[in-house]
Amino acid sequence: MLDIPPHSFYAMLVVLGLLLTATTCRLILARRKPDKDYTELRQRIQSWWWMIGILFVCLVISPTAAIILFAFISFLALKEFFSIVPTRQADRRVLFWAYVSIPIQYYLVSIGWYGMFIIFIPVYVFLLLPMRMVLIGETKGFIHSAGTIHWAVMLTVFCISHIAYLLVLPVENPAAGSIGLVIFLLFMTQFNDVCQYIWGKLLGKHKIIPKVSPNKTWEGFLGGVLTIAVVSGFLGPYLTPLTFRFSVMAGLLISVSGFIGDVVISSLKRDLEIKDSGTLIPGHGGILDRCDSLIFTSPLFFHFLYYVNY
Amino acid sequence: MDRLLKILFFAFIVRPIVFVVLGLNLRGKQNLPLQGPAMIAANHNSHLDTLVLMSLYPLSKLHKVRPVAAADYFLKNRFLAWFALNCIGIIPISRAGRQRKAELFAGCHQSLDQGDILILFPEGSRGNPEELSEIKRGIYHIVHDRIDTRVTPVMMHGLGRALPRGEALLVPFNCDVIIGNELPEAETGEQLVNEIKAAFLELQKYCITCRQV
Repeated sequence: MLDIPPHSFYAMLVVLGLLLTATTCRLILARRKPDKDYTELRQRIQSWWWMIGILFVCLVISPTAAIILFAFISFLALKEFFSIVPTRQADRRVLFWAYVSIPIQYYLVSIGWYGMFIIFIPVYVFLLLPMRMVLIGETKGFIHSAGTIHWAVMLTVFCISHIAYLLVLPVENPAAGSIGLVIFLLFMTQFNDVCQYIWGKLLGKHKIIPKVSPNKTWEGFLGGVLTIAVVSGFLGPYLTPLTFRFSVMAGLLISVSGFIGDVVISSLKRDLEIKDSGTLIPGHGGILDRCDSLIFTSPLFFHFLYYVNY
Repeated sequence: MDRLLKILFFAFIVRPIVFVVLGLNLRGKQNLPLQGPAMIAANHNSHLDTLVLMSLYPLSKLHKVRPVAAADYFLKNRFLAWFALNCIGIIPISRAGRQRKAELFAGCHQSLDQGDILILFPEGSRGNPEELSEIKRGIYHIVHDRIDTRVTPVMMHGLGRALPRGEALLVPFNCDVIIGNELPEAETGEQLVNEIKAAFLELQKYCITCRQV
């Protein structure tokens, strides 16, 4: 096989195994109860095959391919954000510059220029966007607009680009390589969503933030946090340079911040009175619906790892 | 030859723009008429409207889809005319209003007789971005006394932000495309206009790109 570090290779096989199990379960369900409609479940699982398939192919081809993939995900997410959140007609050209920040940010990732990568959007784009807005000269709604546009770029470009930066960090666990870090982060984040959902379904009683998300409960949240901390403790040393202790901490961080990301994007949708942010991924909704937790877990996990190991 | 040109143009230029640079929130795809004769009545915000609607059709059906477009605008110079007639396949129609109705719509009727699917923007011109303008009666003169031709309303939102009138810079946005059920046959022009207006307002409720905070 192409040069995939062994631990990452086995992790990929396990993920594909899980998908295969999900598909098998669905087929059995559909056969047992042929009268029930499983369209959404089928779409969800099919979309997972596509998403994981594309991700793995890019990771296997080369880090550059994976960086381009994440840049494209940022583009889709930013586009979706600008489409659902009201922006002024006058800001069209400002939005254009917001899009231009994507190739630059990911170029900085690809050359591994950490200092610039970390300040480009929070400093330069932050100052450039209002300057471009002033040149257009529309002052009505200026504050609202400047805030919206920069927040969008921070969430969808700055935060997501941290996943890509994991790929250019020096390798400290050669058995897993840099792919291991990405798989660890993505798997733990998505698995956290699943765990919180399952614990919530099993034991959920006390609502955690009923105004934003009526289905989220303390039981689901805590169940998820504990499960992820334990799983992460064992998986961390295998896929990342972190020791058992630090892996548990990384798990706690991913689980708590994943929950926050989820409810932050939920509040945004609730404010706009829409259910899904788009229709790009059948069974899941839009790309923001899928990346909500990831937006928060990526930079926090990255900086935890960076502080501990680099 | 023309058909090949149209297919190449859509496969390599239009579809990547529509599905990657833009991106659609498509609802009601099952309502899209795939067999002609048929008429699509859509709201009009941008030049992209036509290209988006045509991209919903398989490449093999593309030559059957004919947008009805203003002759004074699209035939104003040689290059644009060649492009509009060969790459898009428009049915030019005069907006000057000096001709008799039968003559004016002859091109549309001929096309419907061949079993084509017509795209018409009953608001006439693109108007202000993302605002509905008044619906004109012309559409009634094309479809009335044709029992086999039904009107399918389509509501689009977001394209007026991506490429509004008078702008050359395309800015990526996801756009809503909501396809409604075909309208019942109308007795008078006014009735058809009202039906279309009501359908547009109803379909607008499913748009997710026009929420206000």
